[in-house]
Amino acid sequence: MTTDVDLPTAVSLKFPSATARASLDCPAFDVPAGEILAVLQHLRDHHVYDFLMDLTAIDWTAEQSPRFTVVWHLYSSTKHTYVRLAAGCPDNAAPVMPSTVGLWAGANWLEREVYDMFGIKFAGHPDLRRILMWDGYPHFPLRKEFPLAGLPTDLPDAEIAAETKAGVIAAPMAGGPFVATPGQPMGDAEPRAKDEAWSEQNPKAE
Amino acid sequence: MAADFSFPDPAAKTAANLPPEFEPEKMSLSMGPSHPSTHGVLRIQFELEGEMVTKADPIIGYLHRGDEKIAENMTYNQFVPYTDRLDYIAPLANNMAYAIAVERLAHLEVPARCAAIRVLTAEMARVSSHMMGLGAFGIDVGAWSVFMYCFEEREKLYKLFEELTGARFTTSYSRIGGLQRDVPPGWIEKVDAFCDQFLPILDECLALLTRNKIFLDRTVDVGVITKADAIAYGLSGPNLRGSGIPTDLRKDRPYSGYEQYEFDVPVGAKGDCYDRFLCRGEEMKQSIRIIRQIVKNFPGGEWYAKDARKIFAPPKDKVLTSMEELINNFMLVTEGPQMPAGEVYFEAENPKGILGFYIVSKGGGVPYRMKIRSPSFCNLSLLPKLCVGHLVSDVVSILGSLDFVMGECDR
Repeated sequence: MTTDVDLPTAVSLKFPSATARASLDCPAFDVPAGEILAVLQHLRDHHVYDFLMDLTAIDWTAEQSPRFTVVWHLYSSTKHTYVRLAAGCPDNAAPVMPSTVGLWAGANWLEREVYDMFGIKFAGHPDLRRILMWDGYPHFPLRKEFPLAGLPTDLPDAEIAAETKAGVIAAPMAGGPFVATPGQPMGDAEPRAKDEAWSEQNPKAE
Repeated sequence: MAADFSFPDPAAKTAANLPPEFEPEKMSLSMGPSHPSTHGVLRIQFELEGEMVTKADPIIGYLHRGDEKIAENMTYNQFVPYTDRLDYIAPLANNMAYAIAVERLAHLEVPARCAAIRVLTAEMARVSSHMMGLGAFGIDVGAWSVFMYCFEEREKLYKLFEELTGARFTTSYSRIGGLQRDVPPGWIEKVDAFCDQFLPILDECLALLTRNKIFLDRTVDVGVITKADAIAYGLSGPNLRGSGIPTDLRKDRPYSGYEQYEFDVPVGAKGDCYDRFLCRGEEMKQSIRIIRQIVKNFPGGEWYAKDARKIFAPPKDKVLTSMEELINNFMLVTEGPQMPAGEVYFEAENPKGILGFYIVSKGGGVPYRMKIRSPSFCNLSLLPKLCVGHLVSDVVSILGSLDFVMGECDR
């Protein structure tokens, strides 16, 4: 596997605030949210990282701060190497990140997806609508507090909802993925669907 | 920029000096989600001026199942069947991409035989996917018979898949650290026999279209993607290479032993629908070339990583007779393959483009976060730009030439 070995020193010289991020494969940096656009543009223009391969986010749960980390993966089609950049959203309640649509037009949909799934707003995005869920959907499904079974929600179309008296229902994972939690007493570690993770110590909520 | 079809010459419009009520009215048209040329459940909201598209807004998500959420709630091996349902035209290639991504996380190398079987199945999946893409593209532009020829060949491949994995479509063939099973006896010879009879039929299928006047009229110079656009929108696969950019991860960052095989990467010149079609045709021939090389030098030895006891399940006969293997199997099934903490990003060159898995692990058998970078999602993000200025009938050609799968786009 080839990696861009010169990149870490080059980036830390140019941007002292960018710190190395633990990574198992390619060079990775933690960058403050305010500088991320400059770093991305520098990598694109001076280190030939021409492809924005992926843009996503991680939710570290509400106890952590910063709660949301946005992650960019760049690929260089001439050097054939990757670089990963991560930036924590400063505000946990109303996370905002600068938009990279100005650098890569393809960031448009990727940022819409992150907004849709995590509720992270991208400042300067031309058209920040939901993309996979419907407009007006009230939840952000990839946040950790959102249950796997889903939450009951109204149908997108009020007229159809009134006519059919139907709604989006939660689908409990009856017989669903059974996962044991490692490192606990064996009684608790019994494999259960995560939505039904009750045991003798944690009784089932009625 | 909206093209004014009624007055190609702006001077003529000024001269006519029409009162506003005679100005052409914009029409709104919703194409899909159930439309034969949208290949699944893509919906595009058009704004039309006569036949000309002035605005296109793809509406996706009709097939959203929350695969990334599901991945966070199950062990690594339990997620393998879900990868079948990403690009459901080429499940074997997805299985392989996912397995390698998790193996990169575990720093696990699989034996040569396992890697060769994976490449073999992925290239067969590529042929099957491109056959489907070719046939569907033919139907989109009015060539019915190509579809029939393509599906006959695809059927032969599915017979081979069924013999190998037990399933035609949802193969779930890869495991972390190995495969579901070794190849059955005599199967490799059948693959070889398939290759022998496939190439003449492929030439016949392509000949039905490459110099077909109707097909040329509908595809040449239609839906031109410039190099700059292809890079800016993160296109991949034949859609990127059709625009003349020779990015192919099998060549650039070889994985699973691709560096041992000789093959060429076809690129287009103009980036129109016709170039993308030609790229797919040539890629199938290169895939057959790779398959032939594997069949010729099929490596022996183990077909799973034998030393990875905490990752790959022991053989079934041992599980039922030996205590240690039983415990090992129990821990694997209940807690999942044990992974170190950390994060990796792995991309594989799949038939539709570059499929990526970004896995964040906190250790244990369940990923903390898994992001799936799907090629169809990025390829379709170009549509709002690509459709504008084309006729509605050209949009059908464009969609056919992009060869996307909504199962992967919506995840």
